[in-house]
This record gives sequence, C-alpha cells and structure tokens, in this order.
Amino acid sequence: MPSTIETMQESNIKVESISANVPIIEIDKLNVYSKGSHLLKNISTVIPKNKITVLLGPSGCGKTTLLKCLNRLTDLYPELKVKGSIRIDGEDIFDSGKDITTIRQKMGLLLQRPYPLPMSIYENIAYGLKLKGVRNKKIISEKVEKHLREVALWDEVKDRLKTSAQRLSIGQQQRLCLARGLAVEPEIILADEPSSALDPISSRVIEEEFIKLKSDYTIILVTHILRQAKRLADNVIFMYYGEIVESGPAEQIFENPQSEILKEYLKVGH
Amino acid sequence: MTFRRKYEEKFFRGLSFLFTAIIVFVLVQIIWTIAKKGVPSLSWQIVSQEPKGGYYFGKEGGILNAIAGSFYLAVSATVLAFVISLPVALFMNIYLIKYQRLLIGIRFFLDVLWGVPSIVYGAFGFTLLMYLGYRNSLGAGVVTVAAMITPIMIRAMDEVLKTIPIGLQEASYALGSTKTETAYKIFFREALPGFATAILLAFGRGIGDAASVLFTAGYTDYVPRSFSEPTATLPLAIFFQLSSPIEEVQNRAYAAAVILTLIVLVLSISARMLKPKK
Repeated sequence: MPSTIETMQESNIKVESISANVPIIEIDKLNVYSKGSHLLKNISTVIPKNKITVLLGPSGCGKTTLLKCLNRLTDLYPELKVKGSIRIDGEDIFDSGKDITTIRQKMGLLLQRPYPLPMSIYENIAYGLKLKGVRNKKIISEKVEKHLREVALWDEVKDRLKTSAQRLSIGQQQRLCLARGLAVEPEIILADEPSSALDPISSRVIEEEFIKLKSDYTIILVTHILRQAKRLADNVIFMYYGEIVESGPAEQIFENPQSEILKEYLKVGH
Repeated sequence: MTFRRKYEEKFFRGLSFLFTAIIVFVLVQIIWTIAKKGVPSLSWQIVSQEPKGGYYFGKEGGILNAIAGSFYLAVSATVLAFVISLPVALFMNIYLIKYQRLLIGIRFFLDVLWGVPSIVYGAFGFTLLMYLGYRNSLGAGVVTVAAMITPIMIRAMDEVLKTIPIGLQEASYALGSTKTETAYKIFFREALPGFATAILLAFGRGIGDAASVLFTAGYTDYVPRSFSEPTATLPLAIFFQLSSPIEEVQNRAYAAAVILTLIVLVLSISARMLKPKK
C-alpha cells in the first residue's frame, strides 16, 4: 500500500491525507458548535473507499459528533451548528437541494446499542427496502434471507421471522441492525462503538463481519477500545478535544506515533 | 443524635402510614356506600329498560337510556379526540423537538387546559351550540367532551412519545425514512401500548363527567338514534334521579352510580395492566 503522506498546514492543525486510495468522503474545514462550545475544530480529512477507517480517541473528543455529521443526524439536535463541507462521492451533503433521505440511504448506521424497529424480524429488514420502493414480495424475502445470512443470524432466527425483533438477545439485535442497514445497499457503514453493549462473543461476530464486509463497503468505526482499533483498522484518525491530532495508515499510527498525546494514549490504552 | 434520627424515622413512617390508611378508608367507604345502596337495586330490568313514565316520577323501568347514551357519547368523543390528539402528539415529538422552548410552552398550555373545570367546557360547548343555532344533542355533547379530553389525551400520548429513545429516531432516519414515516410507522408502533393507556384514561374521564354534558347533551328517557337527538348520560342520571322524592327513582340513581363506578374502575385497572413492561 503506497502511503504518500502529504502534510498541509491549515490554521495550525496538521492534516495528513490518509493514503493514496479512492476517496469516498472528503471533509473540508468542518466545524461544529454547541451552545458556546466548539465540538469539532476545523476537521479536514479524506476517508478512502473499501477500507476500515477507525476514529480513535478518548470519550468526549468528538468522534461520535463527526460520525453523525456524515449522515446529517446532526439535524436532529437543535443546539448543534454545523459549518464546512462534507462531500460523499463528490456530492456536498449540506447542499439544501439534495434529498437527505437518499444521502442517508448511502450509509448504514450501527449505534452503541441496538435499536430494532418495533416490528417483526422480517419487517425490520423489509422496512428499508420498502422505503426504497421495492414492493415485490419475492425479492424482499430473498433479500431478508441474504442479509440475515450475511450477519450470521439466519440460522438462529429463520423459524421465527415473524416474531418481534425486540425479543432477540442484544447481540442478535445488533446483528439484525447491521443486516437492516446492509439491506438498503449502502456504500458506507457508520458504526458508533457498535460492540460497547455486547458480550465478547457477539462483539467478535460483529468484528468478523466488518472484516468480511470491507471488500464491498467503506466502514467508519468509532471506538475508544485500542485493541479493537488494532484488530480492525486500515486507517486511523486519532482525535483529541475536537481536533484531528494524527491520522494515517494503521501501522504508522500504532508503530510510529508522532504526537505526544497519541504516544501517551497508546501507552495507557490496552 | 442517633436517638433523634431513630424517632424521626419512626414518626414520619407512622405519619405516612396514617394518611395512607385514611385515604384507603375513604375510598373503601365511598365504594361501600354506593354498593350498599346501589347493588340491591341492580337488576336485569335496570340495565335493559328505558325509564317508564318519565325518569323523574316513573317508578318502572331502568337506566338503559343513560348506559347506552354514556357509551355512545364517550366512545364517539374518544374517537374524535384520538383523531385530533395523535397528529398533535406526533407533531410535537417529531417536528417540534427542535424547538424545546416552544414545546415547554405547549405542554404548559395543555396542562392548564387539563386543569380547567369541566363546567367551563360545558359553558363553552353551550355558547358554541347557541351560536350555531344547534340544540342540546348527542353531537353537541360529543364535541364538548372531546374538547375536554383532547388535552388529556395529547399529554398522555406526549409522555409516552417522550420516552422513545433518540437512538430509535436516528435508526429510522438512517434507513432513509422521512419525518412522516418515522412518526406513523416507527413512533406510532413503538408507542402503541402506551397509547392504549392514554385512550382509556381519556375515555374514563369522558364517561364520568357530568358538568360538560349538563348544558350540551340534554337529557331524555330514550336511547338516542342519531347525533342530533339529545341523550341521557350516567352522571346526569345520578344527578337528576337522586333529587327525586320517589324512592324507586333514587334507587335507580344508586344503581347508575354502581355501574359508573364499575366502568371507571375496570378502565383504570386495564389502563394500569396495559402499561409497557419495560
């Protein structure tokens, strides 16, 4: 992997483009403010296609906020003011002329704990398809099976597809949420500490899924678990107090950290 | 010090126990009084017949007019209130969620409306129907009772919707739902068990209220056959018949009280049992 690192000086913040890959998301001078505090400070970076990019950093450093900017879930929070630009496949997502639902369907979202929709397992996956206008029952059924298999859930639930998804165990629910997100055929998977509420076995299943999925999807994973980052990351963006401190290919970040904060973080983290 | 704290603890525990006992005693007394006077008058005739010879003087017949009237009125008013409350409650929690200050204002306003005495709604309904040149009728009663219970229903639904985690909202939007889809496909289903409680609460309030129907629904000996006819109701059946000098008529009032109490009791118990178990 050619790791051409170019350093740009932009308002005192060191920004390094990650690697010479096809960019899928370009973030340019992104600032987020909330009631007098500056949550994200001049974030500019590029996220490459079909890689796992890990947003790493201590709690409260703005990782989740950055993730939520990407599919404009920040719209839900009235106190957040977002400035700057994010381009996904070259399209500015803050362009008011763009249909936000279509942009969001490009991205599957996995949250800290699973939120299954209040309907059956089958309908949970069919829901997104129906929003996209798929009406053919045969296609929907095939898709449901395909994506449940994709997350290794099919064998566990195939006999009770019509039962409420909220009765599944939390690990199964999280895998269902992943399958639900994949069913709308996104290009990107946004995952916000997806295994923080899970037992070790379910969380390993999710991690294994990510490794399998990265050939078809771009995965952006927020985590503060250093070991998880080391297992999964192709690229790492290390954040601290709303700024990107260091970013680059995983081996460079973990083997050869430049900044003192990152060195400290790697030493203390386990 | 420990001595004082020990007695302080004993004193306040005793006080709480005392007042709880008083409340329970009063409740049991009320139910006992109604039951003692009303249960002996309960009969098949009471619940299956309209009063004969006028509700005030006639010794024969029953209170079917009031039972049927109350159900027609409360069911119609609840349906009407639901049709109005559902969009309002969803609108507050999906669209207005960005404007927290406005929401606080709206909730305060609805709570004030909740506290307005029902006679005021009755007077309002009466003024409205005079203005429209309409007369005392089931329809006018339905509108008045609906106006009275709508704020209750909106706030009860609102409380349920408020508990829905923002994560579910994010999940819904992330799948590409619009706000309307999130409201009616996700929030509605998630809140459904809680909504049942809200509906029963409003229904209970509607069926038990006398003052709002006093000027608007009228009173009659017959089961109404259309919304433009006046209707009898259980609370008014108690009110009017209790003031009669004839004992048989008074007994009908107590029977009506037993039936109304039973209905409200069953409603609140089922509302409690329907509460989501999470």
